[in-house]
Amino acid sequence: MTTTSATATPAAPRGTPAAAPSARRGARAAALVQRHGTLIALLAVCAFGAIRYPEFATPENLLNVLRQNSMLGLVALGMTFVILTGGIDLSVGSLLAVGGVVAARLSPYGTLAAVAGGVGAAAALGLVNGAVVAKARIQPFIVTLAMMIAARGAALGATGEQSVRVDAGATGFAALGRGYTPIVLLVVAYATGWAALRYTRFGRYVFAVGDNEEAAKLMGLKVDRVTLGTYALSGALAGLAGIILAARLGAGQPVAGTGWELDAIAAVVVGGTLLTGGQGGAGSTLLGALLLGVTFNLFNLEGSITPWWQWVLRGGFLLGVVVVQNRLQGKVRRDG
Amino acid sequence: MSETTLAAVPRAGRRRLRLSGPTAGAAIALGVLVGANALLTPNFASAGNLWNVLLQVSTVLLVAVGMTLVISTGGVDLSVGSVMAIAGAVAATTLDRGIPVAIAAGLGAAAVVGLLNGVLIARFRIQPIVVTLATLIGGRGIAQVLSNDGELVPIDNPSFEFLGKGHLGPFPTQVVVAIVAVALGAFLLRATPFGRYVLAAGGNPAAARLAGVPVWRTIITVYVLSALLAGMAGLVEAAKLGASDAAKIGLNVELDAIAAVVVGGTALAGGRATVFGTVIGALIMQVIATSFNMLLVPYAWSLALKAGIILFAVYLQRPRRV
Repeated sequence: MTTTSATATPAAPRGTPAAAPSARRGARAAALVQRHGTLIALLAVCAFGAIRYPEFATPENLLNVLRQNSMLGLVALGMTFVILTGGIDLSVGSLLAVGGVVAARLSPYGTLAAVAGGVGAAAALGLVNGAVVAKARIQPFIVTLAMMIAARGAALGATGEQSVRVDAGATGFAALGRGYTPIVLLVVAYATGWAALRYTRFGRYVFAVGDNEEAAKLMGLKVDRVTLGTYALSGALAGLAGIILAARLGAGQPVAGTGWELDAIAAVVVGGTLLTGGQGGAGSTLLGALLLGVTFNLFNLEGSITPWWQWVLRGGFLLGVVVVQNRLQGKVRRDG
Repeated sequence: MSETTLAAVPRAGRRRLRLSGPTAGAAIALGVLVGANALLTPNFASAGNLWNVLLQVSTVLLVAVGMTLVISTGGVDLSVGSVMAIAGAVAATTLDRGIPVAIAAGLGAAAVVGLLNGVLIARFRIQPIVVTLATLIGGRGIAQVLSNDGELVPIDNPSFEFLGKGHLGPFPTQVVVAIVAVALGAFLLRATPFGRYVLAAGGNPAAARLAGVPVWRTIITVYVLSALLAGMAGLVEAAKLGASDAAKIGLNVELDAIAAVVVGGTALAGGRATVFGTVIGALIMQVIATSFNMLLVPYAWSLALKAGIILFAVYLQRPRRV
C-alpha cells in the first residue's frame, strides 16, 4: 500500500534497474487489460452465464437483454458525449420522462409526429442545459441538477401527475418498443455516435474541449457550440429512450427514468471513459452498458438474489471496476 | 451565531462584515422571502409554522453541514441519503440491546461508509462523484438487506423516539441537534487547523501537500464527518417516523443538501466555504417548500421554482472574468 502511493506526477519506477524490463512487461499487460478490460470482463461474464445457466445463451434471453438495456444504452451514449467534454448531465432521467410523455400525447397524430415531438422536446431542454453551461458559465453539475428538478416538475405538471396512455390505434408507435426495433435503434445510434466521434469535426472537437478547454478555445474552436451540441444530443437520446419506454409500457409516465442518470454514469464509467473528459468513446460505453445489463440478467437467472442484494452487488461491482481501472492506469503511467 | 457569519476566507486584520458576496446575497433573498410570505401567505408568520419550518429543515441541515465540508475540499458526497437509511436500519435492529448501543452502532455503520468513501477518494484518487455514487447504490441495498429484506422495522421505544419527537426545554430535540452540528461545523471550519486544511485541500491540493498539509487525512476525515452527520440525520428521521423505512429515509436528500450548500455560497469547486451560508441556503429551500404548500401551489410548479432559485443563486456567484 505504501509503495504504490498515488502520487500525482508520473514518478520514476521505484525498483532497481534490473527489475525494469519485467515491470515494463507488467505495464504492457496492464495497458492491454486496461484498454480491453471491459470487453474481457463482458466475455468472462457471458462465458460464466453460458456455463452456469442453460437459459442464458438462448436467443430469446440475449435479445431480451439487449431490448431491456437499449434505453439505458441510448441515455449512456448521450452521457458519453457530455462526459467526454468534461461535463455531466444529471437531467437525463427527467428528459426521458418528458420525451415519453410528449410522445404519448402526440401518438394519435402519427408515429412520426410523436417521435419528432418527444425527441424534439427533450433535445430543446438539453439545448437549454448547454446554453446555460456555455453562456452563464455555471458548473454542469448544478445546471443539469436544476434541469433535473425543473423538467421533472414540467412532466408532472403537464400531465397532472397521471400517466399518458399511448393511443390505442397507434400500432406503429407501439412497435417501437417491440421486436428488433429497440435493438436496431441502439445499434444505429452507437454506430453513428462512434463514427461521429472518430471521423467528424464535431467529434474531434468534443475530445479537444474535454482534453483542454482553454487550449481548444485559444486554437479558435467554437467551444460554446460543442457544448450546446453535446447537451442537446444527450437530451435527444434521453427523449428517444423515453419514447421506447413509453412504447413498451403503453403509456408515457411522468415519473419514468428516476435515477437513470446514475445508471448511465455508471455505464460510462464502467466502460472506461474518464469523468475528467477527453478520454474514452462510444464503443466502451456500449460495452459498459452491456456488462451491467448482462450482470443484472445473471442476478435474475440466479433467482435467489433479492432485489436489495442486487443493489449491494451493483454498488460493489461499480466500486470494484473503478478501483481496478485506477490501479491499472497507475501502473501504466508508472512503469510504461 | 454571529461568530460564524460570512465567508471563511483567510483574512488579515479585524473581522468585518462583508455586505457583498454570495452569502450576503442569500441572506437578503431569505429576508425577502420571509417578508413576502409574512405579508402574503396566511398563517405563515405564526409561531407554529415557524417551528414547523425549523423541524423540517433540521435533518437536511445536518446533512448539509457535512456536505459543506466535503464540497469545500472540492469533492461531493452523493451517498448521504443511503447512509441515513443504513444508520436508521442499524439502530432500529439493535435497539433491543439498549439505546447507547443502537446509537453507537448506527453512527459506527455510517462512519464505516464514510471511511470507505474517504480512503477510496484520498488514497486511490478515484473521483468523489464515482465513489459516492457507488456507495449510494450499494448503501441503499445494504440498508434494505439489514432491515430483513426491505421490511419496515418498527421502533417501540419512547426514549429513542425522543430524538425525533421530544423537546429539550422549549426546543424540539432535532432542532437542538441541528444547531449543535451547525455550531460544531462552523467552529471546525473557522477556528481550527483542520478547517484551514480543508480549505487548503480544496483550493489547491498540490500546493497544500507541498506546504505540509496532511491532505489525505483531511479528506478522509471530511468524508467520515459527512457520514456521521448523515447517520445522525438518519437516527433522527427514524425516531421521527417511529420506524426504520430503508426504502424512504434519506431518499434524494443529497440533492437538497447540495442545493442548500451552493445556494448558501460555498463554491462547488472547493476552497471556499461558509456553514452559516449553508444554514441560509437550507432555510431558503425550506421556506419555499413550506409556503408553496400553504398556498396550495402545485408540486410541479414548486419544483420549477426550486430549480430556478438554485440556478440564480449559483449564477450570482460565478467567477468573474478578469
